[in-house]
Amino acid sequence: MSSLLGLTAHQLQGLLEKKELSCAELVKAHLAKIEESDGEIKAFTRVTREAALEQAQAMDAQRSRGEGLAPLAGIPMALSDNLCTKGIVTTCSSRMLENFRPPYNATVVEKLQEAAAVLLGKCNLDEFGLGDSTESSAFFPTRNPHDLQASAGGACGGAAAAVAAQEVVFALGSDAGGSVRQPAAFCGVIGLKPTYGLVSGYGLIAAGSSLDQVGCFTRDFTDGALVLESICGADVQDSNSVSSPHTDFTKHLVNDVKGLKIGLPKEYIEGVAPKVKTAYEQAVAKLEELGAVCEELSLPHTKYALPCYEIVLAAEASSNLARYDGVRYGLRVEAEDVESMYNKTRGQGFGEEAKKQILFGTYVLSAQQYQDYYLKALKVRTLIKQELEQALEKYDCLLTPTTPTVAFNLAGKGKNHHGRGGVQTHGLTCPASLAGLPAVSFPFGKAQGRPIGLQLIGRAFGEGMLLRVGYTLEQNTDLTQLSPAVKGER
Amino acid sequence: MATAYEAVIGLEVHVELKTNTKIFCSCTTEFGGDPNTHVCPGCLGFPGTLPVMNKKAVEYAVRAGLALNCAINPYSRFDRKNYFYPDLPTAYQISQYFHPICKEGYVEIELGGKKKKIRINRIHLEEDAGKLLHSGSSITSSQYSMADYNRASVPLIEIVSEPDMRSPEEARAYLEKLRAILEYTGVSDVKMEQGSLRCDANISLRPVGSTEFGTKTEIKNMNSFRSLQRALEYEIDRQQDVLEEGGTIIQETRGWDEEKGITSSMRSKEEATDYRYFPDPNLPPIVLDPAWIKTIKASLPELPDARKERLVKECGLSEYDAGIITSSRSLAEFFDRTVVLFNEPKTVANWMMGEYLRLLNAEGLEVSESKVTPEKLAALLKLQADGKISGKMAKVVFEELFNTGKEPETIVKEKGMVQISDTGALEEIVMKVLAANPQSVADYQAGKEKAIGFLVGQVMKETKGQANPGIVNQLLKKKLSE
Repeated sequence: MSSLLGLTAHQLQGLLEKKELSCAELVKAHLAKIEESDGEIKAFTRVTREAALEQAQAMDAQRSRGEGLAPLAGIPMALSDNLCTKGIVTTCSSRMLENFRPPYNATVVEKLQEAAAVLLGKCNLDEFGLGDSTESSAFFPTRNPHDLQASAGGACGGAAAAVAAQEVVFALGSDAGGSVRQPAAFCGVIGLKPTYGLVSGYGLIAAGSSLDQVGCFTRDFTDGALVLESICGADVQDSNSVSSPHTDFTKHLVNDVKGLKIGLPKEYIEGVAPKVKTAYEQAVAKLEELGAVCEELSLPHTKYALPCYEIVLAAEASSNLARYDGVRYGLRVEAEDVESMYNKTRGQGFGEEAKKQILFGTYVLSAQQYQDYYLKALKVRTLIKQELEQALEKYDCLLTPTTPTVAFNLAGKGKNHHGRGGVQTHGLTCPASLAGLPAVSFPFGKAQGRPIGLQLIGRAFGEGMLLRVGYTLEQNTDLTQLSPAVKGER
Repeated sequence: MATAYEAVIGLEVHVELKTNTKIFCSCTTEFGGDPNTHVCPGCLGFPGTLPVMNKKAVEYAVRAGLALNCAINPYSRFDRKNYFYPDLPTAYQISQYFHPICKEGYVEIELGGKKKKIRINRIHLEEDAGKLLHSGSSITSSQYSMADYNRASVPLIEIVSEPDMRSPEEARAYLEKLRAILEYTGVSDVKMEQGSLRCDANISLRPVGSTEFGTKTEIKNMNSFRSLQRALEYEIDRQQDVLEEGGTIIQETRGWDEEKGITSSMRSKEEATDYRYFPDPNLPPIVLDPAWIKTIKASLPELPDARKERLVKECGLSEYDAGIITSSRSLAEFFDRTVVLFNEPKTVANWMMGEYLRLLNAEGLEVSESKVTPEKLAALLKLQADGKISGKMAKVVFEELFNTGKEPETIVKEKGMVQISDTGALEEIVMKVLAANPQSVADYQAGKEKAIGFLVGQVMKETKGQANPGIVNQLLKKKLSE
């Protein structure tokens, strides 16, 4: 059975179609894997075993009637716990929403239901998506399947770890500054953040609304293309969603980079760990060998991206998190009057990281500070966007490391590895978020047993180009396929 | 000598737009309804939900702006106004702070024959909040409070005037004019009692002749035109007392207490919230096509001022009557439709200004709620003009018509109110009355022409009011001169 684990969606679909495998077998194998590994890894906040088994049986029945099925039909998957699932508790890894059952599905959840993918559960993340290690989750940190001492990254570390640990075939998460790409890099899987607006954000519990973008974790680029095709598209419920003419992503899975111009922004290499840099150089060499033209360029505003991102994220988060006031849903701590009820509810419902972000965001939006912080950040954001867009007029895409280092160690119970629990490891991923551009992280070898992730950044709605370059690398090296060395797979 | 002060007043007026659905979701905007029945996850601010702009609300805001002589901003945007209150589901109100949809308009008011332009600074679109029902008198003094979110996210426009008003009367005239114009455009019900028209006032005093502004207070909770005027009158007296005693006005928000007839402090400037306005990332900017704005402009109806002018010039109505009749679109339309059926505009105006408005006000009804239609009023006026009923009867018939909505003809028949215009039948009664009142006859013949009035009255009494007074008059004169 374990031979099923680790296969991709498109490989499994072949077996399902040939009836060499039933959906029930497939789902059971993954549920068994969750049972076996998740006690240690802690990727899941909730496993939806019964519903998954029921759905698998229904799908087998459908298949035996000879009904044709979509590419993701019957494939076990997971959702980051900030994506609303109708009737299924959606916690955002917060005490505030510990018992919150949304009366609606996120649009991407509806789309995956239409595609008949099988939900196995909801995955841990940093509380309300604020953090880079899952250590701000109110419940527990998620461990890295490649090294249990290491963080799975964050915010959506649980979803990345679930894919890496072969507990599911693919997963969805959200990325405001790197929350899909950074954990994907740490866990050795592919993490794709589409162009802002390509995938509907309806039902995604907001952190930084102008940055938040639903993305996916997969084992290879073909699955990335398949999942993206299933979840993209304009949505009347999300005013920022757009209809793109270029959504035939699987078409771009071409093993050919000849003549493509790939930019190598030098600011992204500064201060990067030597082994990450070596992997990066190896990838550049490989691309050149395959006929791509790689060129160094300079993006001088890159160093302002992180502070700019932190201001925008905190400002928006401080406002987005204000609705958790104990009045309508979620946690309420009773008190003698409404003011105290607010204070107690928010005092007990939010963890330290969320509180810091609320304080910081409230500060930068206050009448005295608005000009100096928030407004300035918006201006810097425009510069960063323009700079990236100009570079991408010249280059088909940019190649950078995803993170300056491999996964850091978990700090241990109740502690955060950073003094201020910040988002420094999103320094190389947040520029694309600020610019609303698509970017993907893919594994490229390991250092000290921990995966190294590299990032491709593309033009708006240029996901196809990223898939093409990634797919070509995947076809020509072994470095993009990493098997985690965890229990049961040794 | 005591300093003479003048008041400087500006109004912030909130108007609920009459769209079918809410501004950012598809819930109904219908007034009333059981608590929390016109709600969805969106207007309840559930996590993950997103606002989607109602295009009709944009259209109505533009329509209102054009009717109020505003410039329409081709680019406007939504911002979040952040504050905590249980009636505000997301703890921020989506409003337009940095780039409102309309700017720089005006409304012309008329007081004592003098016209004055009150400038409008801006109009912005925003969402309404829900309503709280307290078990006690306020949220802090209540055992519990209940929240009803039916009103949450109903579209509003806020119309902010310049501080151009100098008296409570001017403020009231401005608000009344605003109400009339908005009613004409059809964008709102503009009912103060239902809260679809709400008004806050900023008021300060300064010595007459000064060009600087004094410290202002903001007055809230005024629920009628009358309470606006009363509250401002009170506040002028209060501020004047403070200033005359050498005190200083504190910049604060004050609430009007209708029962006590006073304003009292709600919160000071220091306690005022920092709303931390910033652009709402969930809503793209509104970019308006000038051609679309033109289409809306072309669709505006005749507005109160133009209509009033027409009634004065073409129908010969007095300024006063024309002003009242055009103060609401429904009244003005009622007038126009009645005149089409009964082409004596002055008579129609007299009836509307007299009986009709008197009964409407007494019953607290709107024109649209009344059983009187232009057709029925015209039929009644025709009966009177044809001499079939007297003016006195007509009033009785009108009251019955107002109460029951029956056709005037039917009422006349049911009441047996046929006017006696038959000279032969009346002659007999006239002779009888003359014979019974020799003194009056003598008085008349001695030159006291007024005596005839008494004799007419006697004939009317004999005929139980059914005699045609015109004919009775003629007959009496004829007999007395014989």
